Amino acid sequence: MSMKIKTRQVDGITIMDCSGRITLGEGSVQLRDAVRDLLSKGSKQILLNLGDVTYIDSSGIGELVSAFTTVRNQGGDLKLLNLTKKVHDLLQITKLYTVFDVKDDEASAVASFARA
Amino acid sequence: MGGSQPSTVTYTLESSLDSVNRVEQTAEEMARKAGLEDEEVFRVAMAVREAAVNAVLHGNAYDPEKRMTASFEHTADSLVIRIADQGKGLNPDSLPDPLAPENLLRGSGRGIFLIRSFMDEVHFRQLQPGTELTLIKHLGTARSAI
Repeated sequence: MSMKIKTRQVDGITIMDCSGRITLGEGSVQLRDAVRDLLSKGSKQILLNLGDVTYIDSSGIGELVSAFTTVRNQGGDLKLLNLTKKVHDLLQITKLYTVFDVKDDEASAVASFARA
Repeated sequence: MGGSQPSTVTYTLESSLDSVNRVEQTAEEMARKAGLEDEEVFRVAMAVREAAVNAVLHGNAYDPEKRMTASFEHTADSLVIRIADQGKGLNPDSLPDPLAPENLLRGSGRGIFLIRSFMDEVHFRQLQPGTELTLIKHLGTARSAI
């Protein structure tokens, strides 16, 4: 039920494959810790694959925003990949869809990051 | 549920995330039994979850001495869910607009907005102490919030 995160590297971009729920007390803290861990290791170009995220609540949405601003503040970038309809709709009504760079194809998403 | 007589179930729960999950699950089952479409079931369950999170986290602040009360009523034409806490009280008019440009990148403050987006009616009542939220979904007039 809880969230799982697997991390992999593709052409210098860190892809976080997330699955499960991102909610208060479940995935939110895991996501925050995982992003902090990546930043501490110097990985600042992050693609968050949400294709297998089944549910996200307002805490989860807030965590996505916090991750985005934290990465941006450290000179990196965080983009979203493969939104489910539920997550897509939630980002639409909260007006966050235009804040995030949302992608639906991994290869073009990886290619879209600015290279150092 | 679903007959001519309204049926109400009330739970008094401790201020924990387990209680939040239980309330969410009950709302989902109730909405499904009422015959709502999957999308509406999701919206009702999420709105109730957000109300329960508010009660447990912001209202009762996980205080083991304080309780959340959740009641679920299925009337002939509506689902009525009431979530009450024993906290300091909530003034809904004082909440910042999460869609305002200056608030878009805030890490919190979207719960009440989502509740209002997903339910047909939302009412706040101040208790002594605490706050009660009444969430209503009209049956047969499911609307698209998005």
